[in-house]
Amino acid sequence: MSLSRGSVAVVGAAESDLGLVAQHTSPLDLMAQGTIAALDDAGLQLSDVDGLLSASTQSRFAPMALSEYLGIKPRFFDGTSIGGSSFMTHVAHAQAAIELGMCEVAVIAYGSTQRSVSRAAASPREYNYYEAPFRPISPISSYALAAMRHMHQYGTTREQLAEVAVSARKWALKNPKAWEKEPLTVEQVLNARMVSYPFTVRDCCLVVDGGGAIVLTSAARAKSLRKKPVYVLGVGECLSHSSIANMPDLTVTGAAESGPQAYAMAQVKPSDVDMVSLYDAFTITPILFLEDLGFCPKGEGGRFVSGGRIAPGGELPVNTSGGGLSYCHPGMYGLLVMIEAIRQVRGECGERQVPNCKIALGHGNGGALSSQCTVIFGSEATL
Amino acid sequence: MQSLTEKSPLGTFLEHLEQGELAYQVAEDGRAVFYPRAVAPRTGGTLEWRVSKGLGTVYSTTAVYYKGEPPLNIALIDMDEGFRLMSRVEEIDAMNVKIGMRVRFRAHPGDDKQPPYPVFTPLEAPK
Repeated sequence: MSLSRGSVAVVGAAESDLGLVAQHTSPLDLMAQGTIAALDDAGLQLSDVDGLLSASTQSRFAPMALSEYLGIKPRFFDGTSIGGSSFMTHVAHAQAAIELGMCEVAVIAYGSTQRSVSRAAASPREYNYYEAPFRPISPISSYALAAMRHMHQYGTTREQLAEVAVSARKWALKNPKAWEKEPLTVEQVLNARMVSYPFTVRDCCLVVDGGGAIVLTSAARAKSLRKKPVYVLGVGECLSHSSIANMPDLTVTGAAESGPQAYAMAQVKPSDVDMVSLYDAFTITPILFLEDLGFCPKGEGGRFVSGGRIAPGGELPVNTSGGGLSYCHPGMYGLLVMIEAIRQVRGECGERQVPNCKIALGHGNGGALSSQCTVIFGSEATL
Repeated sequence: MQSLTEKSPLGTFLEHLEQGELAYQVAEDGRAVFYPRAVAPRTGGTLEWRVSKGLGTVYSTTAVYYKGEPPLNIALIDMDEGFRLMSRVEEIDAMNVKIGMRVRFRAHPGDDKQPPYPVFTPLEAPK
């Protein structure tokens, strides 16, 4: 048995407050705020929710804590926690649960206060003897090792990596909710403080507070709700390893498996996709994912992102929110990756709206390029 | 299956390191396995311990910049026996460690807080 194209739809989507929240705000405050905003967006009430999915490094048993906070007893719950792509996996699990009748209205929620309390406090590291003595800056050094290998094999340059950050910033300047408000140049990226070669601090995602929620229900029920449904056309998931030393080939991610799964279910190909929302934890990741998801050949990602191709006005709109690099990165950013894709399909993105956006792809990444999950969203016209 | 009540996979690895040896495991199908495990990946079968000849090649490398310290190398090393591990190449500037460089293992003794661990040095003097 497999999931059915378009059987469920996103009917509500909302961010919590983003950026820097007030002292003593908890991750659950943000999840709850996002949940109510997303339900309002859908025209639904808390009492309609019978499925709850959540993950957070600051709340080990997030579905339990959030159920208590919201005062609900969901019939279906899931706390799968595989890093930033957890929420794409939650979409697949929610779809399965809705198809099986285990729930009808599922909320997927996330919240983080990592800027307020510090990354070290928000996301304490597990001890790993096989890495700890070498003092990697986790997870930055893992991604730096992948970038170095890509540069070695394919001639990718630091300037090309910087192009990813510059394009993200150009989009962010069109998003009122983006954290970064000033323009950025390739030279500024290259000359910023070096963190783990080849990454300067401008090759690395933001460390800010934030969260949000999305609401899914059956395609049948979605039709009667407030907003135009955004259908889940396809999902794909891949766990390839956990620590970077165990990634078979540092230049090929599990997106090469999750992408084709999602395309097959959605019955679309990369050239059908109008807009791409990729987890940009570091400037190398959109390059890897554009290759692995079939938008350019393996090894061509660095050249592909150059010359403004993924910036406003470029050939392929990528990370129109400004991404984790310039809009918001609250630790496990995957939920916000999807919210932007959903809004693009709805046509709600204002100045940064991709014209006639019918199909949007959201791709999540977790750990050290370890978990890769792809969700393809489509408007009613794509059914 | 190996009992875990008397000795752990990491415990055996550390005993070898204390003797100046880099130990790894081999599965029944001959594949090299690292990090040390209680059961073989993929098959669930048994694992045999071996001692590496200590020669490998840098698969990837980075230098981390901690405030007030010289850049610190972190590398992934592909050992000739067919396993990969994270380590550090020493006796060379962090940024001069290159992918493809041949390196030789040695045991770092660690200290009060840190058990011994494997590090590497360039096989040939850098040009």
